[in-house]
Amino acid sequence: MTQPASIQPKKSFLERLPSLSILGPVVALVFMTAFFGFSTTTFFTSRNLSQILQQVMIVGVIGIGQTLVILTAGIDLSCGVVMAFGSIVMTKFAVEYGVPPILAIFAGIAATTLFGFINGILITRVKLPPFIVTLGMLNIATALTLIYSKSQTISGVPDALLFFGNTLKFGETQITYGVILMLALFTLTWFILSETAPGRHLYAVGNQPEAARLTGIPTDRVILVVYTVAGLIYGIAAWLLVSRYTVGNPNAGQTENLESITAVVLGGTSLFGGRGMIFGTLLGAIIIGVLASGFIQMGIPSTYQLLITGALVILAVATDQFTKRKS
Amino acid sequence: MNNPKIVMQAKNISKRYGQVTALDGADFELLDGEILAVIGDNGAGKSSLIKVLSGATIPDSGEIMLDGKTVHFHSPIDARRQGIETVYQDLAVAPAMTIAENLFLGREILRPGFLSKFFRLIDKKKMLQEANRHMQDLKIGIRSMQQSVETLSGGQRQGVAVARSAAFARHVIILDEPTAALGVKEGNMVLELIRNIRDKGLPVIIISHNMPHVFEIADRIHIQRLGRRAGVVDPKKVSMSDTVAVMTGAKQPADLGDGLLIA
Ligand SMILES: Nc1ncnc2c1ncn2[C@@H]1O[C@H](COP(=O)(O)OP(=O)(O)OP(=O)(O)O)[C@@H](O)[C@H]1O
Ligand SMILES: [Mg+2]
Repeated sequence: MTQPASIQPKKSFLERLPSLSILGPVVALVFMTAFFGFSTTTFFTSRNLSQILQQVMIVGVIGIGQTLVILTAGIDLSCGVVMAFGSIVMTKFAVEYGVPPILAIFAGIAATTLFGFINGILITRVKLPPFIVTLGMLNIATALTLIYSKSQTISGVPDALLFFGNTLKFGETQITYGVILMLALFTLTWFILSETAPGRHLYAVGNQPEAARLTGIPTDRVILVVYTVAGLIYGIAAWLLVSRYTVGNPNAGQTENLESITAVVLGGTSLFGGRGMIFGTLLGAIIIGVLASGFIQMGIPSTYQLLITGALVILAVATDQFTKRKS
Repeated sequence: MNNPKIVMQAKNISKRYGQVTALDGADFELLDGEILAVIGDNGAGKSSLIKVLSGATIPDSGEIMLDGKTVHFHSPIDARRQGIETVYQDLAVAPAMTIAENLFLGREILRPGFLSKFFRLIDKKKMLQEANRHMQDLKIGIRSMQQSVETLSGGQRQGVAVARSAAFARHVIILDEPTAALGVKEGNMVLELIRNIRDKGLPVIIISHNMPHVFEIADRIHIQRLGRRAGVVDPKKVSMSDTVAVMTGAKQPADLGDGLLIA
């Protein structure tokens, strides 16, 4: 009040430092990669690295939807099985009903989008907590997937559904179209979140819904759109899933429900909403993939991977809690 | 300034909540370029009155006029379109977002061009410049508009909320208890800010329970009692104790002599 504002916005050294929430995962990833690289001869092979990216692809794409949801202070426990349902719709339509592949894909994505929309309606109109709504949807989607597929794997999938399994070769390194799509989706989401008004509104709604509402932001509509778009993203993930495993698998998606949340949290996005970066989720997903791969290379049972991931999640949430309390 | 024009006026406003009568034929008047304090005991209907003026509640009966023309507000957004900005007591800002973002929340400046408008691309640079300009205008000394609001003190946060209203208000600014949660120094900072806004020509309505603040800053004081206006007094001519006596019903407004502007 006393001294006038300076014209040049200056940032102190501390303000310039990327926050702990993004620095943490980067440091963790660098250490892990270095560790596995030194401990094994197989980790740093291009084959293994592209394998890791393949592994990360599904969780990464689901994680984009999950990040949007968590940024609004919500949660989606149903993402993995909704994806599975979408993949069954796609493959069944294409294989059993003989629907043109493109339309089958479209139907699968429409189905997952509808799931997301219903989640959104229950949360914004019926005012049910996201945790409960998506927990219910987890069971419903699981059941529907098994009923609809009669618990049978669907094979003989046409090529269009496998499109994202095709690879680009850079010398020794192979990258699937799916991985490229994932990176493109992350970039597009980043752009929307940081450069458009609706993106900023999403953060405001997650951070302080009442303040957002009073400035005229239609908070319920923002949340409804977020859950619906998340559903659409799970549909894209379903296509990637089919491309990767070349079948419609009714038991897919079980681990992705929680793994996507793990990726989001490891990537420094706050479970309280309104804080986080989309690329953090990519880091988080890569951390999970690197851990899994590294442990396999070292011949350590995957149980230990669970142990470490669990500890990292708690560490990440503790950091989040600590930063929140500080302010 | 012999006969300053009436910017905002409310006549015979009533609002009932079930059995409770919150407003019982209340009148209200805001003059151009003034700071009008609204005081009253708990439950006197201050917040109810302000909510009617800001479009947050719709009265059962009565009339609101802006520049002499009758208006009907169905939501706070309606009022805002008419250039009336309200700072609600809490929850006015998004703490994790930057000052610049908070100033333009819900009204972001978009980049020029048809495509940018269609995809609603925000113009961060312009918003930063504008934020700096507004804060300088109001002499709020905050170094960077890119720091998040949670890094600010309580008074500075309130300053951001008030500055946002000032940036967009074309007609009236309404502040509900802007100094309630603040220490002495920070409270004074916000009072200074309110004066700056008034001096730029925008009339301000301020609700407060803090009598020293009210007497320090107000040009006129609207005393609300039992859902109506008990009177409007001139703080330069009426003592604090007499004002409080009217507010609580210990004295009649007529006892105040020529300090009473409107009965
Ligand atoms: N939404 C509501 N529902 C029911 N009663 C209400 C509501 N809002 C206000 N009232 C009642 O109307 C009366 C006036 O309330 P109001 O909030 O306007 O008083 P106030 O002067 O702002 O008091 P305070 O100084 O405590 O904020 C009170 O009796 C209150 O209980
Ligand atoms: Mg009140």
